[in-house]
Amino acid sequence: MALLEIEKLTTDYGPVRAVDGITLAVEHGSITAVLGANGAGKTSLLRTISGLVRASEGHVRLDGEDLKDVRVEDIVRRGLAHVPEGRGVIAELSTDENLRLGGLWRGADAAAPSEIYQLFPPLRERHKQLAASLSGGERQMLSIGRALMARPRVLLLDEPSLGLAPIVTAQIMQLISTLATERDLAVLLVEQNARSALSIADRGVVLNLGHVVADDAAHALAADEGLRTAYLGF
Amino acid sequence: MTKFIDLTLNGISTGAVYAVVALALVLIWRATRIVNFAQGAMLMITTFIASSVISSSGSYWLGFAVALVSGLVLGAVVERVLIRRVEGAPPLNAVIVALGLLILLEAIAGMIWGNTPRSFPPAFSIQGYDVGGTRVLFAPNDTFTVLVVVGVALALTALFRGTAIGLKMRAAAFRPEVARMLGVRVGRMLTLGWALAALVGSLAGMLVAPSVFVGPNQFDPILVFGFTAAVLGGLDSFAGAAVGGILLGLALSYVSGYEGSSLVTLAALVILVLVLMIRPAGCSRAHRSAAYERPAHEGQNAAWHARAIACDRRRCRSHPVPGQRGARCL
Amino acid sequence: MLGAFDDLELANGAYYFAALAGLTVLTGLSGQISLGHGAMMAVGAYTVALLIGNEHWALVPALLAAIVISAVVGVAVGAAASRLRGPYLAGATLAFAIGLPAIADQYSSTLGGENGLVINPPTPPSWLGANFPLERWEAWIACAGALVVLFVMNNLVHSGIGRAFRAVRDDEIAASLCGLHVGGVQTLAFIVSAACAGLAGGLLTVVLQLAAPGAFQLALSLSLLTAVVLGGLGSLVGAIWGAALLVLLPTWTNDLANSFSLSTNVSNNLPLAIYGFVLIAAMLLWPGGIQAGARAIVSRVRHSRVPGGS
Repeated sequence: MALLEIEKLTTDYGPVRAVDGITLAVEHGSITAVLGANGAGKTSLLRTISGLVRASEGHVRLDGEDLKDVRVEDIVRRGLAHVPEGRGVIAELSTDENLRLGGLWRGADAAAPSEIYQLFPPLRERHKQLAASLSGGERQMLSIGRALMARPRVLLLDEPSLGLAPIVTAQIMQLISTLATERDLAVLLVEQNARSALSIADRGVVLNLGHVVADDAAHALAADEGLRTAYLGF
Repeated sequence: MTKFIDLTLNGISTGAVYAVVALALVLIWRATRIVNFAQGAMLMITTFIASSVISSSGSYWLGFAVALVSGLVLGAVVERVLIRRVEGAPPLNAVIVALGLLILLEAIAGMIWGNTPRSFPPAFSIQGYDVGGTRVLFAPNDTFTVLVVVGVALALTALFRGTAIGLKMRAAAFRPEVARMLGVRVGRMLTLGWALAALVGSLAGMLVAPSVFVGPNQFDPILVFGFTAAVLGGLDSFAGAAVGGILLGLALSYVSGYEGSSLVTLAALVILVLVLMIRPAGCSRAHRSAAYERPAHEGQNAAWHARAIACDRRRCRSHPVPGQRGARCL
Repeated sequence: MLGAFDDLELANGAYYFAALAGLTVLTGLSGQISLGHGAMMAVGAYTVALLIGNEHWALVPALLAAIVISAVVGVAVGAAASRLRGPYLAGATLAFAIGLPAIADQYSSTLGGENGLVINPPTPPSWLGANFPLERWEAWIACAGALVVLFVMNNLVHSGIGRAFRAVRDDEIAASLCGLHVGGVQTLAFIVSAACAGLAGGLLTVVLQLAAPGAFQLALSLSLLTAVVLGGLGSLVGAIWGAALLVLLPTWTNDLANSFSLSTNVSNNLPLAIYGFVLIAAMLLWPGGIQAGARAIVSRVRHSRVPGGS
């Protein structure tokens, strides 16, 4: 039984079907990349899993427990962390406060900010500064670090490379890969930058118009030229 | 000269009350991003309740305690039942709901207690201190009022900056969706904000009641003054609210003493408009930078989003868009 | 024909409509909330009271003067207001609503203080007959004013200016990029609504023969806002509903209070309680007001008739 299981998940925004019967599973200690063009349903998928949006059909199971009708705050308390599109850093709070916020619900079991600063040294320098003053790459580190404060078991990442320079993207991706193995996380990585995502992922799922068009090992997807040109742009 | 001193002292003591109301308004603003136009009506209700308790029990402090508790309850109920439903909606909806609540509460107060203003006892003596043989216009009750303001401002600042709950409340106000994703029970934080603000408001009610008398409409000007004081201090700051209240109290005291007491509300209006024109409302540094991170699906419509991006403080003042004058904020 | 009481109700409804039409354009069409509309009516009311009472002007010139003076005040208010948004605009207009009537106390020698200014009732012209009821004449005057307002506002709403108002309401940045001077448009909306309010206030003085601060308290401004919200923000037909509500509700609650022998405290405050309750309920259930609610019901009925649904 995989740590995160999604079964025939369907989400509608009014008349628009954003997620159409998606089934996939993510094992602990592994990274599954969710790829596809804009509007393919990748962000909607993550938002449904974390409870921000209610699914019309299907199930999401975290460690065997169905997350149906569970509120976001409570899904988070079951060990799921969602790093949203655009990073979701609270600009009006300092770096330190953003981090502490991530661990509050966990109380004494949360990570200490020093652990996160060890992982992301550039943040330590800016720990008292308002998050508004951080660069794009630093914000990405902050939002990932914030998610890690609660010691999650499942990590949902929505387009971490968005707006970042290639070098920074590579660093972030490497970091995600290390975290997944070191902390035994089940990582669901949504990305438009398919090449970087597949370089660290174990499995890859390609979405188009809300449904799955390919689900295979990452290296197999990367090798499939037809698929790459049709859906992944490289 | 004595007149000036008297007016100054009077300004400080009345300003302290405006400061307390301003603190309540700023608290709700910081916790839920709404301006509570029903604040005056809410504290009117709790003051009426205190008045009834005091009349029937004979104990001022019992009435005081009951007012505080009923403030907590009233604030929590209002948030949970009414405000919760308009929290994601355009700001105008919340304004109208608050106004509806204002009308409703004043009408209910009139129905229960009648429309004739009634007197209310002060907490401490209102006889001015004896300074070198003359009585100054500052009494033990005024000292109490000032101490309350300072105490509440300090307590709220400590709450927001220094505690985990304060951090959660701020996060819930700035980015409710992100806060939920971090496990913050946003709903509870919003309710707590309103409950605390109503508590602070009921303090204000009891401090000002002896001078304005208790009646359904008697606290309307207090709302205006509290709002002006809050804006004067920058709607986001507790210290600012406290200082703004005192400054406003002084300004209005001078107007009242040298021009006429009927003009104070208009004077407050002039001050309000001047402050808002000099400092474009809502253009705080935080708002500007927050705009870069706010995705459209966070319940805000695209027009708001566009406005927030344009709300650059420097641009507001020195680089107006052609055809546009000043800030297009909030 | 209507009796005296009904004539008076009609007259009241007519000047309420004039005020509401202006507020509808301001809040509904140009999206600027104003809690000071009642105070604006006071400007027109006192202008007419002073001109007819002290200076013995004729009716129509006095009403025109009320429109002009209120429009001038509207320029000042609008210029300040156009820089304010949302809660700040509400707060500033609230201060205006509470503060302006106090001027009557400050300058009580000219403005009559708490008791206000009294004028003589308008005499019906002789060609209507010697026994033409005063109340009916007042109703005619007020309705004539209301019709003028309706005609002008309707044309305005459907004109380029009306479109400019709506454009500015919906998206200021887009509107300014289209070449609209946003601040100017917003000020114009205030001027127009102030003129309507001034006329309404003037008509009120003619009908009641009195201009006193007690009639222009905060409750009036809030009642007007309630009526506009209920009638449907932005709809002139809604303003008619609203005016009817403002006139009929106090009468109904009075009758209700009498039949249930409720205390005077309750019956005096019942209309306001209902306004408050209905305002809250309307915002929670029908953010678009009665008009939008009615439209929603009609469209739902229409869609249910389409086979297979929409």
